[in-house]
Amino acid sequence: MLSAILSMAALAAAFGVALGYVSVRFKVEGDPLVDQIDAVLPQTQCGQCSFPGCRPYAQAIADGEAEINQCPPGGEAGVMALADLLGRDPLPLNPENGVAKEVKTVAVIDEDVCIGCTKCIQACPIDAILGAAKQMHTVIADECTGCDLCVEPCPVDCIDMVPIEDTTQTWKWPFPEADATEKAA
Amino acid sequence: MSAAAGMVTGAKVWKFPGGLKLNGHKTLSATSAIEDAPIPAYLILPLAQHIGAAAKPVVEVGDQVYKGQTIAAPDGFVSTPIHASSSGKVVAIEERPVAHPSGLSAMCIVIETDGLDTPLSTPELEAHPDYSELDPSHLRNLVRQAGVVGLGGAAFPSFIKLNPGPDAQVDALILNGAECEPYITCDQVLMREQADDIARGAQLIMHAVQATTCLIGVEDNKSESIAALNKAIDALDDRRIKVVVVPTRYPQGGEKQLVQALTGREVPSEGLPLDIGIVCHNVGTAATVWRAVTRAEPLISRVMTVTGGAIKQPRNFNVRIGTPVSELLALSGGTQGTPARLVMGGPMMGFALTSDAVPVVKATNCILATTEAETAPVEDAMPCIRCGECAEVCPAGLLPQQLYWHSRARDLDRAQEYKLFDCIECGCCAQVCPSHIPLVQFYRFAKTEIWEAERDKRKSNHARERHEFRQDRLDREEAEKKARLAAKKAALKKDTSAANPVAEAIARAKARKAETASGQPADPVADMIAQAKAKADGNKKIPEKPASTENSSSTDDPVAAAIARAKAKADQKKTDSAAPSDDPVAAAIARAKAKAAEKSDEKSDDPVAAAIAKAKARKAEQQSAPEEKPTADDDPVAAAIARAKAAAAAKKDGD
Repeated sequence: MLSAILSMAALAAAFGVALGYVSVRFKVEGDPLVDQIDAVLPQTQCGQCSFPGCRPYAQAIADGEAEINQCPPGGEAGVMALADLLGRDPLPLNPENGVAKEVKTVAVIDEDVCIGCTKCIQACPIDAILGAAKQMHTVIADECTGCDLCVEPCPVDCIDMVPIEDTTQTWKWPFPEADATEKAA
Repeated sequence: MSAAAGMVTGAKVWKFPGGLKLNGHKTLSATSAIEDAPIPAYLILPLAQHIGAAAKPVVEVGDQVYKGQTIAAPDGFVSTPIHASSSGKVVAIEERPVAHPSGLSAMCIVIETDGLDTPLSTPELEAHPDYSELDPSHLRNLVRQAGVVGLGGAAFPSFIKLNPGPDAQVDALILNGAECEPYITCDQVLMREQADDIARGAQLIMHAVQATTCLIGVEDNKSESIAALNKAIDALDDRRIKVVVVPTRYPQGGEKQLVQALTGREVPSEGLPLDIGIVCHNVGTAATVWRAVTRAEPLISRVMTVTGGAIKQPRNFNVRIGTPVSELLALSGGTQGTPARLVMGGPMMGFALTSDAVPVVKATNCILATTEAETAPVEDAMPCIRCGECAEVCPAGLLPQQLYWHSRARDLDRAQEYKLFDCIECGCCAQVCPSHIPLVQFYRFAKTEIWEAERDKRKSNHARERHEFRQDRLDREEAEKKARLAAKKAALKKDTSAANPVAEAIARAKARKAETASGQPADPVADMIAQAKAKADGNKKIPEKPASTENSSSTDDPVAAAIARAKAKADQKKTDSAAPSDDPVAAAIARAKAKAAEKSDEKSDDPVAAAIAKAKARKAEQQSAPEEKPTADDDPVAAAIARAKAAAAAKKDGD
């Protein structure tokens, strides 16, 4: 009897020490869940989710303060990916946050009209606009995520969101036409 | 690797799994000799002719170019230069329709030929008739400068395959002369007529990759080619090179299938032949490499087949790269009626062309114009009955059925688990499918979807890095500003420490009162303009931003501020007519916007409506002018906005 109690106590003490050591030694800094959610988000930093950027939205989802359907640029696929990651039920996109764009767009500055006010530069979340005060501005098309944030601040409305056209490098084979197989399914 | 890794002797021929026996249709074009196609009036040279990066033009419109001159330089590692195929003048560098399944256009250099075919006075490349002294790395550079890519169909830059890397052990070089796809005979006639160049090319590549053996795999339906190659090898008296006759079975000419047939070794999943000590080149590539090194000839022409039931005189041509397909059709006696299908490549793996204006590129081995009778009718796909025929014939040993289900369900992860990227798109599965399911289309769809997802992922990771960098920069700037202010305050305190603290407090209170009285501007646009004005006046001190009414907690985050501003602006737009702002500048901007909106709304083909809109716009401009005048004189920002507006209006009027 006594030996049993002693051995159980010894085991408990040993495991306690081991767990205590491990919790200090392998302490996880930050929240890995936020990183995982952030990795799924499209990083347009557009703010349509009502949070100032993708990471704050990821934080909000992890804290349970936001739903997973507030990201229009991610689209239905993004919601599915988040639902998959978090083990929640997928939801339709919340129309209050806007609708998903049908085609990808890139900002283009009409350089004849630009007055060089730098407002779009301040608005761009990823520094994709080049220019200086009273100098013409231009968008680095490869960096632009198409978030639309530069359009509103422009006092002379010289920024347009232009659809990105397919090239032979980015073209995709279409889904084979729906036919008897689809009907049968 | 080690299991089957005996000596590569070519004494035995193995069998690859699956495959099909197809009707060859090769006699159509194989009987006549290779004919030199004349110089076309225009050469159209696409900048992107293989996977990897497109070349960058180094000539300008109007330049005179000579045969063999580099007109586009490589841009990146997996990239090769492009040379002028004949002499003439560059008349355009623009988007033209190119040979691509999408039918899209891509950047091309267009040369109007002068018919003289003048070569460069001093060739860019140096000829090395005796290459045995040359270092393999030097050879690779020569091959790259000559713009040589694989001529078998995929057009992968050859210099990369000539560079096995320091650790790789190459047991054997394999030259691919199987040419398994029906109708195509360009390799067959090339082996028949230029066997010597091919054999010498084999020697050169063996030197470059330090291989000890070379096997040339040829299907048993090409007896003349086999005889010609054997004769050329005998003449060279090189015991290391051996012609191996393989059975005629589609897709014998697939790189992995031929390697397996000749060595018994299987190329690992998503691996390269090099992983099992093999380097594989097309026979045409070997001849081109030899000519590039020993005769300094860049890749400006290639042998290709023009064939099919709809072609009057099917044959093989030696064609300058950039020749339009329409010229070749005309040279072959034209077509009998309208071909049912015009295909670039073979009937199994080629793709339909939407126009015959597209040019021949380095990868083009065949132009096929088929009649209605030859073309397999497109039948409605029926449901999969899980018969398993597709798995029987798959030369890669995959499960086409599973790939089909997952691709159709867009379950791309599962499709990749079933080794989607080991599929060589040979089309055997679709050929035997009793339900006529376009299986390969599903695999191609899934592959391009996966590539797009990967591109998006890379782009979003890049955007995240840039956003985080920007965030760091803003935080740093904020901290620096605070430090500066603190230093200033400390300095001021020292100066005014003698002053009466009570008087000071009163002054501060007064200042605050004045500030609030002068108007916490309700209009965020006016606020921004005021800020800009202050900046423009040369005042380095930016007035402190009034807290936004909507998002007071995060005003120091510029992105949040921008979002808030945008929202406020949108709200303002909605209530614009109800509550006009009393700030004249903001009002002017709002008016301009309203005008723009009005204009775009009325964008119609009706000239009367357009004229009315124009007149309205002019009237609005006149009305706004007197209001603007007083502020415009002393406010540079407002003046600039007005100027820009005027310019935009003038431009729109002009249109």
